[in-house]
Amino acid sequence: MIPELGHFALILALAVALVQGILPLLGASRGDIRLMDLGRTAALTQALLVFVAFGALTQAYVTSDFSVVNVVANSHSAKPLLYKISGVWGNHEGSMLLWALILALFGAAVAVFGAGLPDTLRARVLAIQALIGVGFLAFLLFTSNPFERVSPAPLDGNGLNPLLQDPGLAFHPPLLYLGYVGFSVTYAFAIAALLEGRVDAAWARWVRPWTLAAWCFLTLGIALGSWWAYYILGWGGFWFWDPVENASLMPWLAGTALLHSAIVVEKRDSLKSWTVLLAILAFSLSLLGTFLVRSGVLTSVHAFAQDPARGMFILAFLLLVTGGGLALYAWRAPRLTPGGMFQPVSREGALILNNLLLCTLAATVLLGTLYPLFLDLLTGNKVSVGPPFFNATFVPICAPLFAALCVGPYLGWKRAEIWPALLKLRVAFIAAVVAAIVAATAIDGRATLAALAFGFGVWLIVGSLGEFAQRLARTGYRMPPRAALGMTIAHAAMGVVVLGAVGTGAWNSELMQTMKPGDRAQFHGFDVKLERMESLQGPNYIAERATLAVSVGGKSYTVLQPERRLFAVQRRQVAETAIHTNLLRDLYATLGEGEAANGWVIRLYYNPLAPWIWLGAALCALGGFVSLSDRRLRVGAPQGGKRARTRPIAHPAE
Amino acid sequence: MTPKRKRLWLVVSSLAVLGFAATLVLTALNDNIVFFYSPTQIAEKQIPPERRFRMGGLVEAGSVQKSADGQTTRFRVTDTNKTVDVVYRGLLPDLFREGQGVVAEGSLGADGVFVAREVLAKHDETYMPPEVAKAIKDAGQWKDGKK
Repeated sequence: MIPELGHFALILALAVALVQGILPLLGASRGDIRLMDLGRTAALTQALLVFVAFGALTQAYVTSDFSVVNVVANSHSAKPLLYKISGVWGNHEGSMLLWALILALFGAAVAVFGAGLPDTLRARVLAIQALIGVGFLAFLLFTSNPFERVSPAPLDGNGLNPLLQDPGLAFHPPLLYLGYVGFSVTYAFAIAALLEGRVDAAWARWVRPWTLAAWCFLTLGIALGSWWAYYILGWGGFWFWDPVENASLMPWLAGTALLHSAIVVEKRDSLKSWTVLLAILAFSLSLLGTFLVRSGVLTSVHAFAQDPARGMFILAFLLLVTGGGLALYAWRAPRLTPGGMFQPVSREGALILNNLLLCTLAATVLLGTLYPLFLDLLTGNKVSVGPPFFNATFVPICAPLFAALCVGPYLGWKRAEIWPALLKLRVAFIAAVVAAIVAATAIDGRATLAALAFGFGVWLIVGSLGEFAQRLARTGYRMPPRAALGMTIAHAAMGVVVLGAVGTGAWNSELMQTMKPGDRAQFHGFDVKLERMESLQGPNYIAERATLAVSVGGKSYTVLQPERRLFAVQRRQVAETAIHTNLLRDLYATLGEGEAANGWVIRLYYNPLAPWIWLGAALCALGGFVSLSDRRLRVGAPQGGKRARTRPIAHPAE
Repeated sequence: MTPKRKRLWLVVSSLAVLGFAATLVLTALNDNIVFFYSPTQIAEKQIPPERRFRMGGLVEAGSVQKSADGQTTRFRVTDTNKTVDVVYRGLLPDLFREGQGVVAEGSLGADGVFVAREVLAKHDETYMPPEVAKAIKDAGQWKDGKK
């Protein structure tokens, strides 16, 4: 009964979305306030209906209702409750339902918090948001119905892919989707602005919080995915330049560019049509990411089984959204009043450089990701483009970006001087050079490029913090606006990420050894002894666990217990790594196959600064949230609705 | 500066960045793309030793052998037409199993054995790498409904 209710709610949601996508648009062009206001009611109704559908599916998972095909395929009665819930979005149908839910919630958030928007703009934004929703709801209902029944119902389910039974991955998809789908709001704002034929500072102030919120969630989602890959795949790596990873990086790069260009629109009423274009591209890249992951056109380490028919649907939708958006842009953008020109050396100039470099980075990733597809279509050759390509292209383009990043905040709007800015950065420059030299001589004499990158990391941190300190000194130690504080945190956090990536990427070391209980291994000054092997019984798996006693200089230091879990339902083994971290380095152990006669294969990694990658990413998102709480971003907020705009957006992540 | 000069400046600097990026991309593509060959193609083509490429197919049933220390694995990869001997030192991904699709990256040794430097892991056991599916189809042995 409840799954049918969910299915019915989903159908109603599609009907409501159709109404919401058409009538407010008509109302906006005819000036009919009743039709325009319909958008708000419809947005709230649609969100409620999709929420009911999502709740119905969650209920089926939690109670293990095996008469629902989707539950049978992805759940099992013996699974812990957390993974019963995360199983809802740990599969194709459920994750698309989550997409639709977040989309509808964002629409509802615009309806609730957009009371201060002009009526026509709000009506159009809600309508565009609903039209995107129509695409996804139709996709769900016609190709991937999560509520399909099976009769007779099997006694138990097939269980969730064991790799996904992990707390890190339980929250990765919702965060990532909050980011992807958040860009739908900026897309809707961009299309609405093109329909209105007007982009001004007020528009930018309304758009920026949504972009910022989406960007923060995307940052967290990517970081969580990378962290998960680091500890579950057991290779000690954190980023593999895999198509699926690139798919999430491209919208992040475009979103970062959008975040910065929207500032120029807000402050200087310039760069308007470029910002609108970026908003269209950021969401298009999000959809492209979904298409790449869901269609399986590219060989990916993270690939899941796919269905080409669904891929075609998303591709058609992608072409409609991108093509439609760009066509409207080509037609309407020339009507936007051009902003004033400005000096190359100025805050605007620096932000343009930022946009130029970030978009080049996104283009590089796009090319590297899709190149195998093009070559296959053109020549039939199967190729893959891996980390060497991205290391040779992405990393060099990052250098000027990072170099300029610290200089930008020193430049004033309209017109600035470069030398005073550079002079103020001399401490950061000296610190960076010293760090690079120390890294090149003391840590690793061979890796000069890594030493250089290390210097860049220090430059970012010291330069950003230095700018903040000087700003404080200048204003008599009054707290600067939250937006400035957020910028400093996010910029310095990039430096933390760079240091972590260089440390782990360039200076890690590993040891693989076959050990029997009682055997010892010497690794990086650690004495690692395999104390014992034992079998464990988990809730839905049995595990082999190694106990490694780690001692330094004869004194016991820590105990690592890597496991190999065999999930009985799927008959699959998953390695569970053991990591000891002191925030400066990770000591990382994985357990391979083996048996008593020959011993077990143990792999040890020493990853300097590895935790900084995720620490930095979390700080980066924190910077975004701090900036989001700035009062100035709430100018467009309704009277009496003074609570932070982030509130409703943050809900689905909980 | 006149508005015209400023616009010129903007265009020139954009072109400089894009040119720099294009140069990087083209050199990197030249040096760093990795071709995929099926066992049949490996048998037909004369691939020079030390040349890095990807190969894939099914892990032949009964072909997996572990060395005494458990660190080195030898197995045969087949596209149902030809087979290739593969040797890999390291921990195999959790989903590596006989009869399943596999993609490995590495190069041919002088003895014709493929020395894998990386064996790619998959998250889902029903997943078949598209190249492997095509290789088996090309060998004429593909059955619909086969995993």
